[in-house]
Parts: sequence; structure tokens; C-alpha cells
Amino acid sequence: MRGHDGQAILEVNQLTKTYPGSAGSLDVLREVSFRLPAGETLAIVGPSGSGKTTLLGLCAGLDAPSHGTVILAGENLGALDEDGRARVRNQHVGFVFQSFQLIPTLTAMENVMVPLELRGERGIEPEATRLLKEVGLGERLGHYPAQLSGGEQQRVAIARAFINRPKVLFADEPTGNLDTETGAKVVESLFRMNEAMGTALVLVTHDLELAKRARRLIRLRGGWLVEDSMTGQGEKEGAA
Amino acid sequence: MAWRDSRASRRRLLLFTSCIVVGIAALVAVGSFGRALEAAIAQQAKALLGADLSIGSRVRFTQEHEAFLASLGGEQAREITFSSMIVFPRSGGTRLIQLRALEGGFPFYGKIETEPPESEGRFRNEGGVLVEESLLLQFGAVVGDEVRIGNLTTRILGALRKVPGETVAFATIAPRVYLRLSDLGATGLLREGSLARYRVLFRMPTGMDVTALVAANQARLDTLRLSVATVAQRQEDLGQSMRNLYQFLNLVGFVALLLGGVGIASAIQVHVKQKLPTVAVLRCLGCGVWEAFGIYLVQSVALGTLGVGLGALAGVGIQYALPRVVADFVPFEVTMTVSWGAVVEAAIVGFGICLAFALLPLMPIRRVAPLQVLRVAFEPRRRLDGFQWSVLTALGVVVVAFAVGHTARWQEGLGFAGGLMAAFGALALVSRGVILAARKVRLTGWPFVIRQGWASVHRPNNRTLLLVVSLGLGTFLLLTLQWTQTLLLRQLISGQEGNRANAILFDIQPDQRDGVASLVRENGMPILDEARIVSMRLKSIRGRPVEELLADKSAKTPGWALRREFRTTVSETLRESEKVTAGTWIPRVEAGVEPVPVSVEEGIAKELGVGLGDELIWDLQGVPIRSTVASLREVDWRRVQPNFFVVFPAGPMDDAPAFHVLVTRVESAEDSARLQRTVVERYPNVSAIDITLVLRTLDQILGKIAFVIRFMAMFTVATGLLVLVSAVLSGRWQRVRESILLRVLGATRQQVLWILLSEYAVLGLLAATTGVVLALAGSAALAVWVFHVTFAPPLAPAGWAILGVTALTVGTGLVASRGVATHPPLEILRSEG
Repeated sequence: MRGHDGQAILEVNQLTKTYPGSAGSLDVLREVSFRLPAGETLAIVGPSGSGKTTLLGLCAGLDAPSHGTVILAGENLGALDEDGRARVRNQHVGFVFQSFQLIPTLTAMENVMVPLELRGERGIEPEATRLLKEVGLGERLGHYPAQLSGGEQQRVAIARAFINRPKVLFADEPTGNLDTETGAKVVESLFRMNEAMGTALVLVTHDLELAKRARRLIRLRGGWLVEDSMTGQGEKEGAA
Repeated sequence: MAWRDSRASRRRLLLFTSCIVVGIAALVAVGSFGRALEAAIAQQAKALLGADLSIGSRVRFTQEHEAFLASLGGEQAREITFSSMIVFPRSGGTRLIQLRALEGGFPFYGKIETEPPESEGRFRNEGGVLVEESLLLQFGAVVGDEVRIGNLTTRILGALRKVPGETVAFATIAPRVYLRLSDLGATGLLREGSLARYRVLFRMPTGMDVTALVAANQARLDTLRLSVATVAQRQEDLGQSMRNLYQFLNLVGFVALLLGGVGIASAIQVHVKQKLPTVAVLRCLGCGVWEAFGIYLVQSVALGTLGVGLGALAGVGIQYALPRVVADFVPFEVTMTVSWGAVVEAAIVGFGICLAFALLPLMPIRRVAPLQVLRVAFEPRRRLDGFQWSVLTALGVVVVAFAVGHTARWQEGLGFAGGLMAAFGALALVSRGVILAARKVRLTGWPFVIRQGWASVHRPNNRTLLLVVSLGLGTFLLLTLQWTQTLLLRQLISGQEGNRANAILFDIQPDQRDGVASLVRENGMPILDEARIVSMRLKSIRGRPVEELLADKSAKTPGWALRREFRTTVSETLRESEKVTAGTWIPRVEAGVEPVPVSVEEGIAKELGVGLGDELIWDLQGVPIRSTVASLREVDWRRVQPNFFVVFPAGPMDDAPAFHVLVTRVESAEDSARLQRTVVERYPNVSAIDITLVLRTLDQILGKIAFVIRFMAMFTVATGLLVLVSAVLSGRWQRVRESILLRVLGATRQQVLWILLSEYAVLGLLAATTGVVLALAGSAALAVWVFHVTFAPPLAPAGWAILGVTALTVGTGLVASRGVATHPPLEILRSEG
């Protein structure tokens, strides 16, 4: 069951981020609040400098807010230190970045296994292989990032994002560095796996077409949340 | 453009220069030191001999000798030197010393340094003795104490500190005691056949050409079998040995420089790799291949120039430490001044090496295509092209030229260069093997952080080769040195275990033989061996008189072998240390049989150029003894027992004048002291050698030599560490990026730290182990082929080396990586732009 009323996997309350500067402090994000139920897909859109990436960083526990709270999978991130937040990320979060962010010295297979290896889990090769096959890279397991194309690298990143069966997957412009055709394939993989695993997806994008594939859309402007609505996709699913 | 391009990496580039700073510093310091040595030898030439001319003999001067010596003119001084025992009655201590009986104004140049300084003058006027300072310290004796030498009881006038032209290391072997020649008779020590060296020292009138005087009298000197030393000869001999010392230090410094070159190459490689996208952009904008290459070449040249400058500055500072390091081996004062010639020479060599090493990693810049702006292709490994081969060849030529230029013979230079290249090659080969092995061996079941560390050995951009070469070389040098020193000592000590002999009593006159033997037995010690020694000289070889052979410049027989006093023995049986390798051992012949069939040791037979059946005529105190070589023997000279070049059969020499040697075993230092005391009390002319003491002395000397080598090896180790720091810093951007990513994926700071730690631990462990393995191979080769000793090294130093190098690597790596684990994960979003 998906919708505003489901059990929240991510709760954001009055989130504000202020950066001190020589010409006075700069509010990048102002009193943003929303709830994200499990399995929901959410697109965050807005012009450059509107605070999208800052919001993503705060939601994922990569940064601490100036005011407000973020509760991710039941954990209040503000109450945790950096290592505590790292533990939460490792257990509940997946990431896909615009520039892939693979470790260049690890093979595709090794890159995918990293999140579970950090937990000390063993015998994870079959799962990593399965995920890489699922994104169409079954023949590229032993390749290093430098030996893969941009689209292939992003698919490795998607496989890595899902290996720990995250409750929330944060994607920051996942097709930003890819051509249209490759980008479409990557998005396909992302939504298919999200669907299959019941993972909530938080997508930051400039691409409105991509944003429309999410059920819900949040629009930011000047750090303020100016719109929180269901997309056509969401309405379609709601009607169904 | 080169300046602007370096803006972001200037600090890092500056750090890379440190790799060559140490090597350049070593070369500058050693170069300056070498020139200071040469200057000191030139300035202090006369003081090095203490006289204008020295003429010596192994036998007491005859009337013929005296007439000849008198004919040479000049002011003369006399010295008789031989080994004897000294007794310190207050402590009861006894010790074998080198007694020097002196008469006249020697040294004519320079000064015998004593404490108190005025004691040298008192010694000449009042009598008494000057005793080696270390000996006084050893026995707790002080100026004014009584000592007994032979039958003479006298007082210590002063502590002997320095004798012109002699080194401290020399004094360690044989502590010197000076006595007035006029007091020598009272000791009762010098008898017919005693092992002594007689010297006359001359001060010639100013302006006299001593070399010409010697040349004019050479034939006479040969006939009289007198050895000669002039200031010019001494200067040349000393100059040669000092040159050897200087060249050795220089070569070790050169190893550090080469290692620094490897570090520079690695740093430039990383720098270039980061700059390839920039080069692609420049190429797009119309920059030519060689223009782009030029930008980074200019940076490398600037880097090299800076490194050379800093190294020269450091070298000028370090040079002042060198005279202290080698003080025990340099018999004169060295005044250090900055030698600009040495600085320039080292700068040229260092700059050349730096540039050659930098050129290799700059090569890929030539291949950057403008297309790479659009797509970074995965570059497969390429073969070396002509230009790269030229650079490598030039590098090889520089190494060989330097080595040949800094060794006495070109063959040695080639050998050194070959050995160096082989060592680098072996280290590189081993590290390649390690990388391959690491790729195959998966540490399944081990924690992730350790597997990450292990995997870093073979992953792309790994620093395995660089670190194994740099740290491995340092480990290899230090450990080989340590093992070789230990093996040499252990070999000597091993001969002392069980019931082996460890004390020798010599200079026993025939009438004292039974008495001394009884005394040894009364002290509860066995007589393990004894020998009757007959001193004689060679008169002719295969019918050619020795004088003729000495005068014949084309003859290959060395002068020392012809002039020497042979201590031969008479024996019916072979000793344990001897083996007949050719001919027949003849135990006994009838008295009066001539020629006497003798056995000759292989080595001296080779020097004299004689074989089986050849005739040797000996001069035994004026009586000719005809002999033929009946057998050749191999002798193990390392055994503590009397060994001889020539052995006569029993019979013909039974009545010849001789002295005896007895060999025994003492169980403790106390037993040894007791035996020496009782023997010296009753037979003052008899001397005793305690092998334990000899070993201790040898240990001290080896320790002093090892200290010098270790000091220089530390330059290599320091360079290795700087290369490590530079390698860590050059890969730091990548580490930071990986660390942030791992943090984003959920790694704690501790996990990131553990990954770094395990990586450096694995690399340190591998580098140290490789060094240990190579040191094992090197020490084994030295032991078996050079020193001919059994190779069974103690493993503790290997363990300490592995632990130490690993700890050093981990420590240095972590210090250089500080901050890597604490970068906030948010930076990943910022880097997304």
C-alpha cells in the first residue's frame, strides 16, 4: 500500500540549514517538513540553488541540520554522532549519484559488495552477482570502473545501492551524466528494482520527465518547500 | 603555463622533492669530506709518517745494516716494536701489548699526544712508560701507578692518546706502550729470534729529495732486506686508503640518490596521471604534443633544481658530522670547509639522475589525444618506445659512469653498477611476484578491512613496487650488514666451543718450555697443541737469489713474501687444520740430509710461484738450508692453533735455534687472568694471547666498521621513508575520495582507519619480508663465496626488521594520511557539483 497515510520511513520536521558567511548567514533550507511512507517514490525538483541537494544530504544523514529533525527508519538522525549516522546509512539507505562514485580500485563486483562487507556479512558474492546480472552486467563482474562506460558504471552503482535492501534509496541526478538512451535504461533499472524490493525512492532531478515517474513531487524554491503534490503517475496509481 | 598549472599541486610537488634531498645531501657531504681528506693529507703529510724516511727490518740490525744506515745521514731515531705482556700490580691485571722502545726525537713532525700533555717530555727525560689510554681505563690504572714489563718495574707517566699517522682502530687491535730504548735491556725481553720490528726514523736536511735518495739506494735496501717508507709513499698509500673510504661512502650515498630517483619517478607518474585530462583539454585548444610535454618537463626541472638546492644545503650541514663518524679510521685531523667543487659535482649528478627518472613517467603525456576530453579511454599497457629506451639507456650509462668513476678499478665499478641494478631488479621482480600472488590469493573469511588492505597490494594504482623497492632496499642493506657481522663473529666464536683452544702462549725459549708446560698443567689447563718455531728467511728460489728477484721488476713474486721472516716449524704429523693437497707428506728424515723435503702452504706457494720439486734455499742465521717442496698443504687459518707456511720434517732442524708456542684452553676470564699472571711472573718474556679478548676486540672493530656503514645505509632508509611519505601523499586525494565514499556507504571512522592501517601494514610487511629474503640470499652468498663460513643466521634480527619496518611504514603511512578518515561524507555531494 502506498500513499501519504502509510507508515513513514522518513519524517522531516521544520528542517532548516543555515550556513554562516562573511556577509551574514545564508539560509539554504527553511522549515521544510514532509513524511515519506515506505515504498513511496518522491521527486525533489527546483531550480539550481533552491536547496535540493542540501535536503537530500540532510535526509540521508550526510549532514546535520541547523534546526529541525530527520527521522529515518525510526532513528532520529540529529541524536546520533557521525558514526551512528553511518550505521543508519549502512543499514537502511542506498545511494545513486550523478557521477557514479564507484571506488576506482575495486572491480564492479567488489564495489557492489562494499555496503554488506562493511557490516561484516559473509557469502555475499551470489547476491552481488545476481544484482549485477539484473542490471545487465553479468559479464562485467571483474571489470574496474575505468574499464566500464558511464551507463555501465551507473548500473553498478544501482546494484550497489540495492545490495543492502535499503528502506530508502537517495538518487542525486542519476541520469545527469548519461545520454538519453542510456539514462532511460538506468532509470528503468532503478524503478524496476525499487518496485521489486519495496524501497522508498527519493530522487533529486532537474529532469521533469523523470520526476513525473515518481508518485509524489516536492518543489523547492529559495530553500522553501513551495509544492508537495502527487504526480500524474501518483494520481493514476491512486485512482487504480 | 607550467607555473600556473602547478598552482593546485605546488605543495605536494614540493614534498616530492624531499625524495632526492637525502641522496644529494649524502653526495655533497661525502664529496666535501673527500676533498677535506685530500687537503688534510697534503697539509699533514710529514706528520703522517712523523719523519722524512723510515727504514725497517724484521731482524736486529747487523753491522752491515748500521754502516748503511749511518751513510744515509740526517738525524736518526730508533724504535723497536714487539708484542709483550704488561702487568698492573695494583689490580693484578695482565694484557698483551705492543711495546715500542723509542730513542731519539721521533716524531720529528707532529706530536705524540698524551694526558697530561707534559708527560711526553718527561718520558724522554726521566724514563717510565706512556700507556694507551683505553688500557688504563680497562684496568682502572692511573698516571703514577706501577707497571711491570718483563723484568722492569716502572711508572706510568701519561696516557697515550694519539701517535702521528695511526688510527684509533689500530690502537684497539694492539694497545701501545712506549718505553725508552735505553730501558729495554732492563726488561730482558728481547732475545735472539724474538718477533720484533726494528725501525730507524730519519729527519733529513731541508730540501733533500728523499725519494731520489731511496731510489739511489734501492738495490742496497733490497740486498739488506730493509723495508722503506717515505712521506711520499705514506701519502700515496694513505691517500689510496682514504680514497677507498671516500669512494665507498660516495657509492652508498649514490644508492640513496637512485632510490630518491625512483621516488621522484613515482611522484611524477601520479602527478601526470592527474593532469592527463588537463593535457587533453590543452591539446583540444591547439597545444602541440611537445608543448604539453614541455609544461610538465619544466615543472620536473624546477622540482629537480629545488631538490638539488635543498639537498646541497642539507649536505653542507651533514658534512660536519662525517669526520666524527669515521674518526676511528682516519689517522689525522680533518678540517671541514664547504667544497664548492663537491657541491657542483653532486648537484650535476643529482640533477641528471632526477631528470632521467622524471622523464620516464612524463612520456605518457606525448600520447594524450584531444579526444580524451570527450571520453577517457582505458589505456592498455604499452611497450617502451625508442625515446623511453634512450632515457633508460642514458640512466644506465649515468649509473655505470658514476660507479666506475668512484671505484679504484673499472671492473669494480661495473660490478657495483651491475650489483645495484641486480638488487633493484630483484626487488622489482619480487614485488611483481607479490602483486601476482596477491591477485591469486583471496583472504576468504578474513575481515573486510584486512581483505581491503591485502587487495591494495595488487589493485590499480597500487604502490607495491615502489614501496617494496624503497623500503626493501633499506631493510636488505641493514640486515645483510647485521648478519654478515654476526656470522663472522659467530664463526670465530664457534671455534672456541667444546674443547677447542682459546689461549696461546708464545715466545717461550727452549729452556723454558717444560717449565711453562708444567705451569699450565698446574693451573688445571690442558696442553692442546705445541709447536717449535724456527725463524728463517728465503735465500733463493729455484736457484735465483732473492735479491735478484727483488730487483727484477718483471718478476711477479711480491716483495713482502721474499723479504719476510718465515716462522717455520718442525712436525712429524699433520695438524687438524691441515690437509695435503699435492705431493707426499714426509714426517722425518735423517739429520744432514739435503735437500730437506718440506711442506709448503698452497697460498704462499702460489705467491712465491713454486710447486712440487722446486728448490728453496733458506737462510737460518747465516747458515744456508737447502730444501725441496715435497708437498703442498691446505691450511684452515681460522682455527686457533699454530699454523705455518712451511713445515720441516723432524731430523735436520732438531738443533736449530727456536722458540716454542703452547696452546691451551681457559674456561673463564678469571682462569685466563690467573694463567697470564702466573706465567708472566715466572717467565716475563713469555706472551699470552687470550682469544676471548681478541674476539672482543674484533667485535669492537667490526662494530666500528658497521657503524660507518650503518650511518650511510641510514641515508637509504631515510630516502625509503621519504618515498613512502611521498607515495602516501601522492595517493592521498584518491584515499580521501575513497574514504568519503566508504563513509557515505556506512563505514565508521574506525573502519576507514583500519583499512588504511591494514594497507600500510601489508605493504610494510611485504617490503620488509622481501628485504629479509634478499638479505638472506645476499648474506648466504657472502658467507659461502666470500667468507667461506657456514650460513646459519640468527632469525631474531629478521623478526625485528620485519616488525620495525612494518611499524615504521604503518606509523609513517598513518601520519601522512591523517585527516583522511575524518572528511565529512557530505563532501560527496559537493564534489557532484
